[in-house]
Amino acid sequence: MAGDPGTLKAALAASGYVAGDALAMALHLALSLGRPLLVEGPAGVGKTEVAKALAAHLDARLIRLQCYEGLDASHAIYEWNYQRQLLAIRAEGMAEADLFSERFLLKRPLLEAITQDAPPVLLIDEIDRADEEFEAYLLEILSDFQITIPEMGTIAATARPVVILTANGTRDLSDALRRRCLYCHLDYPDTETELAILAARAPGLEPRLARQIVGTVQALRREDLEKAPGIAEMLDWAAALSGLGINDLAADRTAVQATLACLLKTAADRDAMPPEVMDRLIGRVA
Amino acid sequence: MRATRFPARASGPAERLSGFLAHLRMNGLAPCPLPEALAALAAVKAADPAEARLALKVAAAGDAEAWERFDDLFDAFWFNAGMTRTGTQSAHVQVQTARPRLWQGHLDEGDGHESGGQPEADDGGGEAEGAEGRLIATRRDSLMRRDLRELMDEATRREAERTAEAIARAIRDRRSRRRRQALRGALPDLRRTIRASLARGGEPIDLFRRARPDRPARIVALCDVSGSMQPYARPFLAFLKGLADADTATDAYLFHTRLIRVTAALRDRDRLRAAGRLSLMAQGFGGGTDIGAALEAFAGTCGAKALTRRSAVLILSDGYCTGAPERLAAALARIRRRAGRIIWLNPLLGWQGYAPVAAAMAAALPHLDAHLPANTLAALAALEPDLARL
Repeated sequence: MAGDPGTLKAALAASGYVAGDALAMALHLALSLGRPLLVEGPAGVGKTEVAKALAAHLDARLIRLQCYEGLDASHAIYEWNYQRQLLAIRAEGMAEADLFSERFLLKRPLLEAITQDAPPVLLIDEIDRADEEFEAYLLEILSDFQITIPEMGTIAATARPVVILTANGTRDLSDALRRRCLYCHLDYPDTETELAILAARAPGLEPRLARQIVGTVQALRREDLEKAPGIAEMLDWAAALSGLGINDLAADRTAVQATLACLLKTAADRDAMPPEVMDRLIGRVA
Repeated sequence: MRATRFPARASGPAERLSGFLAHLRMNGLAPCPLPEALAALAAVKAADPAEARLALKVAAAGDAEAWERFDDLFDAFWFNAGMTRTGTQSAHVQVQTARPRLWQGHLDEGDGHESGGQPEADDGGGEAEGAEGRLIATRRDSLMRRDLRELMDEATRREAERTAEAIARAIRDRRSRRRRQALRGALPDLRRTIRASLARGGEPIDLFRRARPDRPARIVALCDVSGSMQPYARPFLAFLKGLADADTATDAYLFHTRLIRVTAALRDRDRLRAAGRLSLMAQGFGGGTDIGAALEAFAGTCGAKALTRRSAVLILSDGYCTGAPERLAAALARIRRRAGRIIWLNPLLGWQGYAPVAAAMAAALPHLDAHLPANTLAALAALEPDLARL
């Protein structure tokens, strides 16, 4: 997996993901050094999309593990298929050796990721939501790429997955995990980058409208909102506006109000942005 | 831009890079080991400064803070950008603030801002209590040593320990989300049952079950023992002792202008000796408070590093503070990211017409899971259902 960050960036852009220089470098190093990459940043800056875009670029399978509080080994690594085991004992009179074989093993994302033929992209999403015990499991897998199942023995990786972890700071991650990973901090994009993203995702959009949309969203992020609109929200809004056939925000303010649901996701934020304030914001960018 | 002048003995790139990593370390970052940094450089065009910078940034920065500071540190090391070690800078500031007490009365007001923004007495607090002129937050350590033996009589102690146990149980009682095998449980443990059934020719005769084990939350208690808290010191210290005795995992601290860990002293079997040790530790007891600084100090200890989502931080304080409220808020936010819950027990909250308007309290409120009244043992005992619900 040679190449350099520049070509990787261009390739990702071709598949519709606009990556900054730092992110392109981080992905390049993750690929060439074979180390996991930890991507941190606020919600809605495209952390999860990175993995999808990378998988598309490498033409690899994307295996996703969504973390949550209480996630444990039987949901993340493997589990025996007890129902089938019981049935097999009843119906076929299975012997022990067959009972604990691959046939009855339910592969969960982590085991699945290391038993592929071609190296997949393993996305461990929102790792900060899982608890510390799970982080410890993960450390073992990320350093050795092997999993021990007491009934079967140790399964070593057939292909080393490209591992991408995302976090948005629900809690501090352990230093041990951080040390094993490359690190990249993603922030909300600047105007030019965001315009490029919009152009990549919604090619047919009129340039003036695109500028207005991005300007408004960027201005909204500077307001003191509970939940600042991310890139996904911006794209939703653009799709909603173009779906309604609007091509000038300043001309059609009722439509702006009607579609604000795409951008402001809490009642408090809705109240903080009454129509007059929105008008002022749009007036400034139009 | 000038290039860095390397010491004559710095021969190869490895040595220069190791110097750079040492530079990062000296500035409080925790960079990766040298081989990894070298591997990162080997994977890019290391001669291109922009690429080398990004590659090292990705490899060496571990968190958002390091990510932000990296560029400045990189420029400072490789391009002599005029940055000095921040380590020395802050040491310099500390020297200024630690100006001998003697001078303080003699320096004019204009000099005050030099001392690193030493905050004045809490404005909001001053307003809140101004009418009676009580509970004034001061920066002065009370040099008088107070013997805690007189603060703890047998009856109060017993009552306090009973209360503490009840409260500790209410906070601590947390069922685990995961199931473990158990004699009695709601769900069958299929894995064990099937394994055991092999010995019976496939008949699941021995049934094993799974249940959620109790995994108690850890309590970390921080008790304010400044002058304004004096009337409550007696019940609160006994309460702290009760907490520490109820569970060996509990951690207890006292703070006024400094932070002192008192867990070991509280656990002393010999009650008299425990009281003696405590009173030795509580020198300066009954003076002013800087809650923000105390919490910051706590956040820096290994005690705070051991906090998990399963721990509850209990702060017993009236919120009158001489430190900057922003500092308090920042320290609380830092603790909040590690701990599961922060509960603030405020003796003043029990008073009629009290509102948390003191600047420090107002700054702290957004970071708290609960802000509850506690001025007597009876009031503490009444909190049990509230804490259980959190």
